[in-house]
Amino acid sequence: MEFLLVMVAAAAVIVIVSAPFRRGGAGGAGGTGAAEAEEAPVKPDVADLEAAREAKYREIRDAELDHQTGKLSDEDFRLVDDALRAEAISILRALDRAKGSQAR
Amino acid sequence: MAAVGRALLILGLVVAIYGVGASLYGARTGQRAWVDSGRRCMYAIAGLMTFAFLIIEVAFLRSDFSYTIVSGASSTTTPTFYKAAAVWSTQQGSLLLWVWLLSVWSTLALFLTRRRVRELVPYATAILLGFCTFFTALAILFANPFSTTANPPAEGAGLDPLLRHTTMMIHPPMVYTGYTMLAIPFAFALAALITGRLNAEWIQVTRRFALAAWLCLGIGVLLGARWSYTELGWGGYWAWDPVENAALMPWLLSTAFLHSIMIQEKRGMLKVWNVSLILATGTMAIIGTFLVRSGILSSIHAFVSDPTLNISFVALIAVMIITSVSLVIYRRADLRSESRLDSLLSREAVFLFQNMVLVALTAVIFWFTFFPLISEAITGTQQSVGPPAFRPYVVPLALIIVLLSGIGPIIAWRRVTLTNLRRSFAFPAAAALVTLVVLLTVASGVWAHPFALLMFCFAAFALAAVAQEFWRGVRARRAMTHEAAPLALVSLVRRNRRRYGGYTVHAGLAVLLIGVAASSSFQHSRYATMRPGQSASIDGYNVRYVKPTATPSSEKISFGAVLDVSKNGHHVTTLHTSYGLYPSQDPSLGVVGRFFNSGSVESRIGLDAGFTHDIWTVVNVGNVSPLQADITKGDRLFASAMSTVSKLPPAQQQGRMNTLFLYRDQLVGELTRRFVTHPWPVQFLLIVSPLVTWLWLGGIIVGLGGLIALWPIPVLARRRVRSAAYAARLARELA
Repeated sequence: MEFLLVMVAAAAVIVIVSAPFRRGGAGGAGGTGAAEAEEAPVKPDVADLEAAREAKYREIRDAELDHQTGKLSDEDFRLVDDALRAEAISILRALDRAKGSQAR
Repeated sequence: MAAVGRALLILGLVVAIYGVGASLYGARTGQRAWVDSGRRCMYAIAGLMTFAFLIIEVAFLRSDFSYTIVSGASSTTTPTFYKAAAVWSTQQGSLLLWVWLLSVWSTLALFLTRRRVRELVPYATAILLGFCTFFTALAILFANPFSTTANPPAEGAGLDPLLRHTTMMIHPPMVYTGYTMLAIPFAFALAALITGRLNAEWIQVTRRFALAAWLCLGIGVLLGARWSYTELGWGGYWAWDPVENAALMPWLLSTAFLHSIMIQEKRGMLKVWNVSLILATGTMAIIGTFLVRSGILSSIHAFVSDPTLNISFVALIAVMIITSVSLVIYRRADLRSESRLDSLLSREAVFLFQNMVLVALTAVIFWFTFFPLISEAITGTQQSVGPPAFRPYVVPLALIIVLLSGIGPIIAWRRVTLTNLRRSFAFPAAAALVTLVVLLTVASGVWAHPFALLMFCFAAFALAAVAQEFWRGVRARRAMTHEAAPLALVSLVRRNRRRYGGYTVHAGLAVLLIGVAASSSFQHSRYATMRPGQSASIDGYNVRYVKPTATPSSEKISFGAVLDVSKNGHHVTTLHTSYGLYPSQDPSLGVVGRFFNSGSVESRIGLDAGFTHDIWTVVNVGNVSPLQADITKGDRLFASAMSTVSKLPPAQQQGRMNTLFLYRDQLVGELTRRFVTHPWPVQFLLIVSPLVTWLWLGGIIVGLGGLIALWPIPVLARRRVRSAAYAARLARELA
């Protein structure tokens, strides 16, 4: 019984660990899982820029809230907000370029 | 099933080693199948370790004494609740818990990142599997939970009485969850250094795990403090014990990390600082694990020292430090900041200062925690340092942290004008000032404790600052949406969870530290030796020892006391406290003596907890000398009787022996009841502490804030920002 349990556990491990090779076809090594293959891998540059974009949006939102709650004066807010939006736009442009080159 | 357990551990080790190789090979060659296979190794290990952990849990619940750890830490009389928790009271069981939790959290992290940060994931997987390899190897080679004995004892030694506390079920798993979760940001930070991808990506991926680790570790630390307060019988909640400090240090560093990563996310600054902080935090978590396991420093929490285990841990810590430092130096050019501080009057500057204070606090705690080892290396003898050594450094630093926790929320990012600053500071500063005036007017003797006074004022500042932020946020929200105030509050928090979760944590911290400052500065405590009917006074209360109680049982004997507390002639509360003695397994103490002269004792405190103060007491009945003559006589008689019985034919022995044990139990019961019929004077520790409840209440608020910050941001909020940003982009491009 104990031996059988260990064998079942070992077989389950082999099935789980070897799945990417089996799904990838004969060559195996270059393949990805069926589910994962559906998603094109995101290039590092694009991933970087998307992370930067999310952070910038958060920053803009924080500045808006700081302004609404009176922590930033109208003048300070305009300066900060303009700067942040300019930075966001440059990130968006870079992101578009990166996505364009990835598509090619 | 022990053989299955051992096989699962070995299988886990093999899979972990393979996974490290597969992940690294996949990363080097860019072949995703190998990377995926490596990641799936972690899933498989989580399954194997869950199975292994279940086996050992079942062994404890069934009192299967063929397992050496079950016979060493449980017994048939141990309540089921404690049997389940007894697993992690042992070195072997707690190591298995460590590997299990590590594999479960790592599986979750790797599953959630399976389609993200693809350059980092293989290295992070290899590092996490490396940790699994290390701890599984330790479990197999030096602390195997599945080791068995051919001749199992009929009864186990039972769980250490000090561990019989409801917190035992939650406190260790919480601390271990914190430690093991910290391995995740550590692994991704190292992966970022290895690959050179040092932007905010790795932070965004692991921030939630760092926050969850911080939350769990914080809950674990607080539960440990509560345990100490209600179980250990010394009347305090924090003793600066090495193992307590070991959990506090990574918590402090992760607090600093959670603040400073916001600066990197927003400004691309502090990259070296952030990566160093999380590497130090991860290393500190392993040092904490090592301190518990090694017993190198004297602590009531530590396991027995094991030199082989110690060498392994020292080697792991050395590898972690050397690798971290080398990689940070190697990548120093890529870790340069992308921008500079706009102004010293900005939230970035406050966060930076707060970070330095938190790191300084950690350094102080580290120095005094390891001072016994340092002194031993220099002088040859271990010199212990107690709480008085910590206080001169910790108290001022804690004061600065509380003040900064109030300043942080009311100061804006990037820049702020003096006019706005004055407006934001006015209400919190007024609250601090009012607190100062009221305390100086109302509370006599508060001058004698200037640090406590400052703490109350700074905490009032922080609480007022947080309240002001919530109020302003609700007002702004109502102006935009015309929602009712409660709905506006919920919407505000829901859409800005990180911000308002953080503010809630700051408020909780202020409440918690008010409790700490008040209870440590204005505590009254005294020892009183009393007979039934006698009284002692403390802080205006009259405490009368009403009557003794005695409860003999097969598990333990318990001497107790009922105390009546009154003030100005009015009854305040009735306290029940007891002192339990667990029978020793050492036969040399005598058949009767082993029930009364055991080293295993437990104290049940009498506590009347209130919002303004706690009345706390514990009885010490360690002195059983009034019974000693009869105990010795009983031992002699029973030894003689048992010697006679042992000479009888085996068939008669069992029956006679059972009769003897029956008489013995009657004698033990009779001697125990003498405490009631012929009471002797016993010593009580009486304590009146103000605002201890605030400490626990503050902890709950901190936990609530952590949960709010941890909760995912709703998709709606993200969309709103995205469209707003795209609108801004369109406007700019049109212009």
